[in-house]
Amino acid sequence: MTQTARGWGFVAPALLWTFAFFILPLIVMGAMSLATLDGRTLVWGLSLANYAELAEKAYLWRAILVSLEITLTVTIVSVLLAYPLAWIIAFRVPKRWQRLTLLLAILPFWTSYVVRSYAWLLVLAREGVVNQTLLNLGLIAEPLTLANTRFATITGFVHFFVMLLTLTIYANLIQLSPNYRRAAMDLGASAFQTFRHVILPLTLPGIVTGAFLTFVLCIGDYVTPQILGGNTELTVPQVIMVQLGRRADFPLASALAIVLMGIVTLAYLACARWLRLDRI
Amino acid sequence: MNRLPSFLLCSAALFLATSPATAQQELNALVWCDHTDPALIEPFEAAHNVKVNLREYEGTGAALALLEQSRPGDWDVLVIDGIDVFRAVEGGILAPLPEDALPIADFFPEVVMAENNTVDGVTYAVTEKFGYNTISYNADKVDPADMQDLATVWSETYQGRISIYDYYLPLIGLAAISAGIPTAEIGADDLDAIGEVLSTMRGRAASVAGVVAAQTALATGEVDIVVGGGEWLTAVLAEDQPELTWTIPDQGAVRWAQSIGIVQGTSQPDLALEFIKYITSPEGQARLATSSCFWGMPANAKAGEILTDAQKAVLRWDEQPGYLARTQLYPAPDTDLDIEMQDLWLNTLQQ
Repeated sequence: MTQTARGWGFVAPALLWTFAFFILPLIVMGAMSLATLDGRTLVWGLSLANYAELAEKAYLWRAILVSLEITLTVTIVSVLLAYPLAWIIAFRVPKRWQRLTLLLAILPFWTSYVVRSYAWLLVLAREGVVNQTLLNLGLIAEPLTLANTRFATITGFVHFFVMLLTLTIYANLIQLSPNYRRAAMDLGASAFQTFRHVILPLTLPGIVTGAFLTFVLCIGDYVTPQILGGNTELTVPQVIMVQLGRRADFPLASALAIVLMGIVTLAYLACARWLRLDRI
Repeated sequence: MNRLPSFLLCSAALFLATSPATAQQELNALVWCDHTDPALIEPFEAAHNVKVNLREYEGTGAALALLEQSRPGDWDVLVIDGIDVFRAVEGGILAPLPEDALPIADFFPEVVMAENNTVDGVTYAVTEKFGYNTISYNADKVDPADMQDLATVWSETYQGRISIYDYYLPLIGLAAISAGIPTAEIGADDLDAIGEVLSTMRGRAASVAGVVAAQTALATGEVDIVVGGGEWLTAVLAEDQPELTWTIPDQGAVRWAQSIGIVQGTSQPDLALEFIKYITSPEGQARLATSSCFWGMPANAKAGEILTDAQKAVLRWDEQPGYLARTQLYPAPDTDLDIEMQDLWLNTLQQ
């Protein structure tokens, strides 16, 4: 057996798996998005009617806009919270405690995603912990409306994604040699200048990788906005579910899914330069 | 040489030991969550030595798509929204049902719904449970008199204290009733007027919620009113929180009904029929009515002989004649009108 044949033999299972469970479903979804429904009968074809609906129906456009606004907010807030946390774990926590600290940081991962979302709903309720604390401290006179809002959706997402980003940024930070910081200090850089011109550029791949994963997972998530958002506004995955539930409009749902993939692809292209999946 | 007989004996013993389990009949049913209560299913399994495999679904479209992709014989029984029986019949999914084998004569006459369950003179399903999409509320927090008029339910008084049940057909039905349009007569021309009511309702609401979220919101005090709620929403909470109750306003409300039928192509039609006979029997009906997932009125009036007084009080058994007279079945649109209704609903949510 030649070296090349052996090489193909090793990668063949992975290729077959990718083809069967990614490429093939993607082709089917693409073809489905070009089909139409005649009553309840699926008519295969090359129609762009479903994509035209995206342009015609305001609620579909609004869903795309809502998804993007929520996803970008979650990504930015999560990065801003996760970076200092990862920094503290990497450089301020003694080495022997770092593993335990990371374990504590990811502890919420151990509970069910759905249960965690419902827990947030109770925490943010009018009679929940947050409102009761603010009322008891005299900071508010009436309970705030926190649950069933975009704020609740973003809070639920940020709680989850800060953990993910902390891990990716931490993995990046601990690979940095302390000599970079020492050299910058020796050359007269202040702590801020060292961070701005040395540390930040070197940790950018970790940040972008985590941010990209956050973006992808957040924009495609159905559970959190459904439970915490109270349907006060709809994201794309929620609209996809509505299309499937009663009418089984798989063509329109597929077109929406393709649009979602298009947005993710654009996000990938925007940050491809810094993406380093080996830093995860 | 002695090893081979020993091996064969062991294999035979193993086969005999396992064969009763594999020989047990299995019935596959596509159902709503109320059928998954063991208290409902176990008596049938024990009586017929059968394992009932239940699969829940959400939305008729999803169920029909699943059935169309299945092989004949994969499914035996289907529970379906009463207004969607015709869709399943059109798709060749339901088999004719021998109605003389079922206790339809004992049903509340208003819920037999032959116009829904019968197509071209052939019965394909029977109603098994019904209830109301109306107004659930916390009697300690709102004035019960206000709940008797739909206009005051979503008035400024209750701004931000309302949750709307997240299903467009009953909500459009309630909005139509509020606008004086009978649910059976809703047409495309009525959608503007209905849309105005929905917008007002939506403007007053703190959330638009599914079953669990609506129950949670009402139970935790997040909201005081659930528009589109009913006994199915508050009955399971009644024991711990008797202040959570429901009413049918003076204008009326929307009635829901679920039907059950045999899937076309089942390899065991007799067992499937036995299952439907059990579900529609007084005993099965009483258990289905008080399922741990959600409560609802049994279609068979004789279930009243089995339900306890406390259970009947929660179901408002004695008030059913009045309720049935004042409620309308929720809209059953054709495909085009359904698309327009769904668009109207989604536009309202995105306002």
